[in-house]
Amino acid sequence: MHAAVIVFPGSNCDRDVAVALTQATGRAPLMLWHRETEVPPLDLIVVPGGFSYGDYLRAGALAAHSPVVREVKARAAKGVPVLGICNGFQVLCEAGMLPGVLMRNAGLRFVCKDVWLRVENAATPFTRGYRSGQVVRMPIAHNDGNYYADATTLDKLEGEGRIVFRYCHADGRVDDAANPNGAQRGIAGIADGRGSVLGMMPHPERAADASLGGTDGRTMFQSLLTVLA
Amino acid sequence: MKAKVHVTLKPGVLDPQGKAVAHALDALGFSGVHGVRQGKFIEIDLGDQDPGGAQARVDAMCRQLLANTVIEDYAIDIVD
Amino acid sequence: MNDPATVTAEMVADHGLSPDEYDRILTILGRPPSFTELGIFSVMWSEHCSYKSSKRWLRLLPTSAPWVICGPGENAGVVDIGDGLAAIFKMESHNHPSYIEPYQGAATGVGGILRDVFTMGARPIANLNVLRFGSPDHPKTRHLVAGVVAGIGGYGNCVGVPTVGGECTFHPGYDGNILVNAMTVGLARADRIFYSAAAGIGAPVVYVGSKTGRDGIHGATMASAEFSDDTEEKRPTVQVGDPFTEKLLIEACLELMATDVIVAIQDMGAAGLTSSSFEMASKGGLGIELDLDRVPVREAGMTAYEMLLSESQERMLMVLKPGREGVAEAIFRKWELDFAVIGNTTDTGRMVARHQGRVVVDVPIDPLAKASPEYDRPLADPPGPAPLAATAVPASADPLEALPRLLGSPDLSAKRWVWEQYDHMVMADTVQRPGGDAAVVRVHGTGKGLAMTCDCTPRYCLADPVEGGRQAVAEAWRNLTAAGAKPLAVTDCLNFGSPERPAIMGQFAGCIRGMAEACSALAFPVVSGNVSFYNETNGVAIPPAPSIGGIGLIDDLDRMATPGFRAAGEAIVLIGGDPAPTGGWLGQSLFLREIAGLEAGAPPPVDLEGERRTGDFVRSLIAAGRVVTCHDISDGGLLVAVAEMALAGNIGAALTVPPSLAEPLAWLFGEDQGRYLVTVPQDSVAGLLAGAEAAGVTALAIGTTGGDRLTLGPDGAISLAFLREAHEAWLPRFMAISAARLA
Repeated sequence: MHAAVIVFPGSNCDRDVAVALTQATGRAPLMLWHRETEVPPLDLIVVPGGFSYGDYLRAGALAAHSPVVREVKARAAKGVPVLGICNGFQVLCEAGMLPGVLMRNAGLRFVCKDVWLRVENAATPFTRGYRSGQVVRMPIAHNDGNYYADATTLDKLEGEGRIVFRYCHADGRVDDAANPNGAQRGIAGIADGRGSVLGMMPHPERAADASLGGTDGRTMFQSLLTVLA
Repeated sequence: MKAKVHVTLKPGVLDPQGKAVAHALDALGFSGVHGVRQGKFIEIDLGDQDPGGAQARVDAMCRQLLANTVIEDYAIDIVD
Repeated sequence: MNDPATVTAEMVADHGLSPDEYDRILTILGRPPSFTELGIFSVMWSEHCSYKSSKRWLRLLPTSAPWVICGPGENAGVVDIGDGLAAIFKMESHNHPSYIEPYQGAATGVGGILRDVFTMGARPIANLNVLRFGSPDHPKTRHLVAGVVAGIGGYGNCVGVPTVGGECTFHPGYDGNILVNAMTVGLARADRIFYSAAAGIGAPVVYVGSKTGRDGIHGATMASAEFSDDTEEKRPTVQVGDPFTEKLLIEACLELMATDVIVAIQDMGAAGLTSSSFEMASKGGLGIELDLDRVPVREAGMTAYEMLLSESQERMLMVLKPGREGVAEAIFRKWELDFAVIGNTTDTGRMVARHQGRVVVDVPIDPLAKASPEYDRPLADPPGPAPLAATAVPASADPLEALPRLLGSPDLSAKRWVWEQYDHMVMADTVQRPGGDAAVVRVHGTGKGLAMTCDCTPRYCLADPVEGGRQAVAEAWRNLTAAGAKPLAVTDCLNFGSPERPAIMGQFAGCIRGMAEACSALAFPVVSGNVSFYNETNGVAIPPAPSIGGIGLIDDLDRMATPGFRAAGEAIVLIGGDPAPTGGWLGQSLFLREIAGLEAGAPPPVDLEGERRTGDFVRSLIAAGRVVTCHDISDGGLLVAVAEMALAGNIGAALTVPPSLAEPLAWLFGEDQGRYLVTVPQDSVAGLLAGAEAAGVTALAIGTTGGDRLTLGPDGAISLAFLREAHEAWLPRFMAISAARLA
């Protein structure tokens, strides 16, 4: 599997996701600086977490206009899977590759902790390793994870099965108490129409090593390997 | 010539910061505050350019970058 | 704006220079200084930069060990951790700026300490902090907590360095002077460490990072003056941090350091360009010439004085190999950072700065940097603490009623509200998260770990500075040991009142003596540090707080201990302390303070020989894989420690008070030093006790894990759910009141 990790000025989970990809797939990804316009053939593109451009203006807004993002869009249009994690999710929304926007957390504070997620769609290339309805644990760490879209868009996402992860309790219940940031309908991750672009606030790469407290995220990288190998 | 751009949340979009500021004002004893919406103010130095085209250019800047029109409105004021 | 043409007596006083010090300037220069030169002398001879009151005492601290690569005197301390790697670390105060503007003050504190570490070639891998706030009842406290925590998170989260541990306590003694001490630990190749001494004549002096503005002019002098009620007006001197630029600066510097073009490098911290250029030239025995017209500036019309003294953040100064500027420039341009050659080294031994065609500074470097004042300030030994009256202890207190009150008291309550605002997992190497004894961060790509902790008990230091100094070091050593780490070295951040008062110098000297004893006895040398004096308002000083940042090495992360109970039915064994459980030391304990409302008595003594013996024994158990659950006993005593282990593992426990004790309170809540709790399977108890006896260490089985309650003797029990609520609720509830007010 030929994967690439995009590096913007201010990305800071680029190394973490590269390590997780290498461990899960046996192959180190290409680290792609945001000014690159020449991009080799790829099977997977990861837009990592961090604070691209310091989150200045709006989280992800400035990175969404980087030269490399044009190429990411073109590849996504051809069906190459694109995974946006945390700041990467924000970038994909700002770039118009996913609908909606990630607003400031409702609690107005940065939140870093493990959360439970319910897998709502286990049919994407990212989530085939999970069962539909499975409850998994991954960390979140963000200031702006409060997913917002208008009601029509949300209904459409629901209807098309494009809500991939929702925040929940350990037993899978979804309610306000399980929602760490005020995201509408408890949304933690969504996909594009064909299911090959996934944006999610939780960090699967931080849950890919038992000594860090969990391996639920590793399943995602392994299922990508199965699908794309 | 300068463009003064105000970016504000669309009506109906929850604004937790504005809400918190409203609470804070209330706690400080400022009664009669019915609501607060927090936004951004951006000042752009345009140098010397055609005033006619400036409005359209700044409008394009807002649509492409300065505002996220999913949740934000903007207003442009071109001043000398 | 122009600087004044001549220097007046008033200007000298405004710059915090004594008449004696001014005379010394006249002697060194052979003429009156220019206004800019006066500013330079003022910052270089400020307490903050010159350590003029503390130097004499700091020499008492042991600073060497076979594993120490670089001790105090550079930007940070360096220790060898094997496999060709080194840990580089330091702690520094940002107390005054954080009180004045909590968000930016704390944020720039983090930025500054990060630069101290990556300046030496290390990639920062962890941040820690010590936060001491005033009373929860003080009207400013919530505002300060909210701002400081957000500022630390805002900076650390953005640069992508995990904030993994620290302390956060409250006491009215800090109402007017909070403490914000930030520590960074970094990792470097042991053969690729960068120092600040310039070398070679005619080498280019290069400025990189952010542009220079007027921020923080005279921050170093501000940090060397006490507060008064008009301090709020000093607000404009606080710097603003830009963590995004810092992140770029880290990546650019590390990329450049992988080449061979750097001769010397120094961050521009306190006293900015002045201090960094002096430091590099002085250490290299060289001179330096600066052309201030080439300094990248953010504002028009900046004077030489402002450029030389600005404390704008995220800037570095380097001396490069001649002719290699292009290599460096390409890297900094790639990272979109300012890069400018602003001068060169010379053989004159003088610092010469030109601005707009004029020489504005021409001073000899050695006399200024090396002959800075050193004072042997008068000191008064503090009165010994009054013995604790027997009647002070509420004999009738119910331990299980006192326990939730203690766990829910501000100092012992869970600090989750704080550390959930810090990204403590970025870099994906955090193997022990905040909330335990020590944080543990994996050495990237290996099976080894660095344990790190910050400790100090100011109420002990106030009651008995020598004992308090000993205890601060011993507790850090103990916390590292409890994780299974071999303690390596210490960075300190010494927070005190005004050194011009003998009583404060007495506290300072006492704490240092105690620290020195403990560091020697525990082979735990001090390799870097910082002194923060003048933490007082209207003549009232803070309780003395020598923060100790310790790091230790875990050779095999599979042999690491954590505090939470892991299984039911295991024996809980108390290791260390008095051979016979005759009672407990309640003087200066939290039980006394929180339950009896008394801050009294002498602090518990530290037996350094016993400390080492006990710690070495506990560490050997963890290294042998015989113990995986371990917690040290500190604030709150034994029962609090058991409760913390139970809450962390969500498994209860049943304790047996030794029958020889008529009165269990002191045994349960005394803060006797040098003790640990471990759990082992029941069939290992006999072996453990025998091993302890052979090692000359006391050990006593005191209970069994299991259930969902904490049971004490035959008739007392309290549910973990109730304890958890008490432990977790205080801080979020306290801060929620502020949410409406501050937002």
